[in-house]
Amino acid sequence: MKHYDVGTSAVNQTNAPEKLYLSIENLWKAFGGFVALKEISLSINEGEFVCFLGPSGCGKTTLLRAIAGLDLQSQGVVKQAGNDISNLPPSERDFGIVFQSYALFPNLTIEKNIAFGLENAGRSKSEINARVVELLSLVGLPDQGKKYPAQLSGGQQQRIALARAIATNPGLLLLDEPLSALDAKVRVHLRHEIKELQRKLGVTTVMVTHDQEEALSMADRIVVMNHGVIEQVGVPTEIYRDPVNLFVADFIGETNQISTNVAAGGRLSIGERTFACREHDFADGNDVVAAIRPEDVIPHEAGYVSSDENLNCIDVLLHEMEFLGSFWRCRLQHALFGDAELFADFSINAVRRLDLGEGKDMVIELPADRLMAFERPGNAT
Amino acid sequence: MSALDTAPETMPPGPEIKPKLSRDDIIMRGGMVVIALYLVISLAFPLWAMLSKSFSTYKFNLSQYEFQVSDDAGVFDGTILTGTQLNDQTQAYGQSDLSASSDSRLGVTKFFPDFSFRSPVMYKIRNMVEGGRFLVGSTLHDTTDWTELDSNTFRRVQLRPVKSTGMENFVNYFSTPALFNSIKNSLVIALISTVITVSLAFWFAYALNRSCMRFKGAFRLIAMMPILVPSLLPGIALVYLFGNQGMLKELLFGASIYGPIGIVIGSVFFTFPHAFIIISTALAISDSRLYEAATSLRSTPWRTFWTVTIPGARYGLISAAFVVFNLVITDFGLPKVIGGQFNVLAVDIYKQVIGQQNFEMGAVVSVVLVVPAIFAFAIDRLVQSKQVAQLSARSVPYAPSPDPKTDRFFLIYSSLVALFIVGLLAVCQFAALVKFWPYDLSLSLNNYQFDKMDGGGWASYFNSIELGLLTAVIGTSVVFFGAYLVEKTNGFRTGRALFQMFAMLPMAIPGMVLGLAYIFFFNNPDNPLNFIYGTMAILVICTVTHFYTVSHLTAVTALKQMDREFESVSASLKQPTLKLFGRVTVPVCLPAILDISIYLFVNAMTTVSAVVFLYSPKTSLASIAVLNMDDAGDIAPAAAMGMMIFYTNALARIIHLIASKGILRKTQAWRTR
Repeated sequence: MKHYDVGTSAVNQTNAPEKLYLSIENLWKAFGGFVALKEISLSINEGEFVCFLGPSGCGKTTLLRAIAGLDLQSQGVVKQAGNDISNLPPSERDFGIVFQSYALFPNLTIEKNIAFGLENAGRSKSEINARVVELLSLVGLPDQGKKYPAQLSGGQQQRIALARAIATNPGLLLLDEPLSALDAKVRVHLRHEIKELQRKLGVTTVMVTHDQEEALSMADRIVVMNHGVIEQVGVPTEIYRDPVNLFVADFIGETNQISTNVAAGGRLSIGERTFACREHDFADGNDVVAAIRPEDVIPHEAGYVSSDENLNCIDVLLHEMEFLGSFWRCRLQHALFGDAELFADFSINAVRRLDLGEGKDMVIELPADRLMAFERPGNAT
Repeated sequence: MSALDTAPETMPPGPEIKPKLSRDDIIMRGGMVVIALYLVISLAFPLWAMLSKSFSTYKFNLSQYEFQVSDDAGVFDGTILTGTQLNDQTQAYGQSDLSASSDSRLGVTKFFPDFSFRSPVMYKIRNMVEGGRFLVGSTLHDTTDWTELDSNTFRRVQLRPVKSTGMENFVNYFSTPALFNSIKNSLVIALISTVITVSLAFWFAYALNRSCMRFKGAFRLIAMMPILVPSLLPGIALVYLFGNQGMLKELLFGASIYGPIGIVIGSVFFTFPHAFIIISTALAISDSRLYEAATSLRSTPWRTFWTVTIPGARYGLISAAFVVFNLVITDFGLPKVIGGQFNVLAVDIYKQVIGQQNFEMGAVVSVVLVVPAIFAFAIDRLVQSKQVAQLSARSVPYAPSPDPKTDRFFLIYSSLVALFIVGLLAVCQFAALVKFWPYDLSLSLNNYQFDKMDGGGWASYFNSIELGLLTAVIGTSVVFFGAYLVEKTNGFRTGRALFQMFAMLPMAIPGMVLGLAYIFFFNNPDNPLNFIYGTMAILVICTVTHFYTVSHLTAVTALKQMDREFESVSASLKQPTLKLFGRVTVPVCLPAILDISIYLFVNAMTTVSAVVFLYSPKTSLASIAVLNMDDAGDIAPAAAMGMMIFYTNALARIIHLIASKGILRKTQAWRTR
């Protein structure tokens, strides 16, 4: 059994004492014969922003709903602030939640929506009003209180949903794909705002998303999930730079994949050549997949000769170039790769400097610490 | 490599986590149980009572009795004879005399040819088994002790039948041609009516959806009119037009309107709006891109019609056909009024129960009638679920372009259909206002003096309004709350599935069957709910249950359109679910709630079939009054009362329209941007 301790985050080392807030132990969820979550264990510290990231159907929303008590897990323990809340109904847990659909009450004004959770808790009318005003200005919509949800834009509605969720100062904020229904521009903007707000309030937050960019830019820690299991947990840079397996490498960012096997000395043999690569645990002769991200490929002018064999230089033909705004996506051919093409992202600068163009020869370098070896899918025992 | 993929594939054995129920969960489950209980009592138990009744047979079992007879001196010689032996000797009763209904009695003096009530001969009688029954006068004897009686008392001995369970009633039914011929009659009538109604309604809906003819709004309004009247009203109109003194009698060329012709024409009238709504919806959702594609492929209009229009509307057509079939085969009022000697199943139930007091046979006919009704209902549900799937694909609505020739054709066609509908109603109204059809056509209000006729008078009209209002208020509350609970309760899957099933059942149960089932269940003196028999309460309960399904489906559709996370948000904010229900769910669903209430009101005003068994002199209804006045030959007052129902319903709809516009403007301000 693995237990991921999110609290040891490098990012969080500045946050003084780390306090465990939410822990999930050995959690399972089965829908009839289908097992949606397998043996999930995870702990989250107070004040952290954690993202559950994975493709649709990976179980991330199921896990969130189990934490909220909306769909109870089949087995396993959920503890919040030291209390076992495994079987409590949502109304007896301490959380605020924001859904993709916003779920704003359409017939109530923005004020009444935000005030909904503040009622019946011994607060006076003026207290409630003051809190609503405070929340409206906190989410940057101070003068929209009298409107109905349908009169606001999607982004504004989502901010109101956020205000409603944090109105009662919950200890835990759950965000279920909160930005997925929004336009790309609004999404980027709101991403930043939510993160800012979370930092200001210091509320422990769990967000579910399938958008890697969102996860990378917002989370203190990312939990990558697939097929009901946790594949990797780590800070965004770690997840991106040091994926633990091919799934993570492929799901987050892009990766060239070349089937290969391990040659003597741990080098990777591709065609008749062997390449230096990052350290790995595979024995010589094992079938593996060599992987390198397109932006890690270093371009050199044609005829460049490296002094060091470990620099992994190859002469290639630049077959096609695709302009993607801030960089060029290039397809490179070499007999070593057979029919497959290697993708590489070259900056506009580099293309101009090296005078690259379609049909030209060039040399590329595959840096050894960026060339990774992973278990071949289907080879698992 | 990784230690990451070592998670086992299957969950370790062990108990699943049991959720702790919140207060809301308990309230909601409790509420659901209460409403489910309502449906069980108002539907499942009565139906069960009816079903068991149809399998109960009553028979005089002569072998259960022993007799002794003395000589003239009153001395018994000890000879004991069973009833069977006596009957064999005397041939007093044949086999058919021995089959009985629950209330039958059988005299015993016929077993003794020498019997005279003045003679000094004494008789002894006893039951051979515990629980055997005979009466002396009105005293029940059910022990095995000998009872000694003089001749004068002995003639007052009556045997009671014993109840047994079996298929005998059904055997009886299917060996009586007069009875089982009704099956064929009902099926034939329903099939013919279905074909005619669906064809007429299809072209009418087609004209409204696919042409640019004028007066579409008026036509739509006229098409809905028949919903507002009891199904027997067109029957009365037909009597005036084609009956023995009808003004258009010659048009039938000697055929009689009393019988299949009348039933079919009347059925087309009262089922038309139902078919029209369904087909119109199906035609309205068609995708104009398909037509553009067909045009660009140079398809002829004829070919486009068969390859695009008909397939697009096929679910609507099938659904409409089964709905019409079901309505016709279960209808009672119309064949009662105009069926003449032509027997159909629904009227057979009435005749068996009211005419012959043969409740067991009434139950048998009911069971026979339920079979095609459930069949039609099941197919309709199946087809409708497919239609929904078709709807979910967003499409570009079809916009017809004007074409003077076809538009004129459709205008003429629609006008003819409209004339048929308005014409029948106008005939009723006219007949109600003339002094004596067809001899004195001067106008008078004499026919509105209902208090002078059989049928309950004006009181029955006001009873109907009371029933309509109570049904609308109580029914809407029960149905909507029930639908909310079943839609939004967490977990409790079995309970919810059962509830859904109960909620769908009423639609498959013909009104006559429901009414008869209520007699069996509520009129049983052992039933603690017996006291509601003969009150307004049983009429309300019966009507709410009778029209439960459509109301339930309307409520469920509206609730499904609500964001399903409202409840989650409310729970996370620690607010009671009932607060959410009152503050958000009800206001947002108000249009649907108003629709349900007007539906229940209109149907309570027009229904005849279920309540015909259940009204008492104090709770007679307008629709029943129409039936009874027609039965008594007061056809003009019947027409007058029928039209009163029409105007009341029309007024109710107008009030509903104004009220909902007003309420919507107030409460649904949020809908406008």
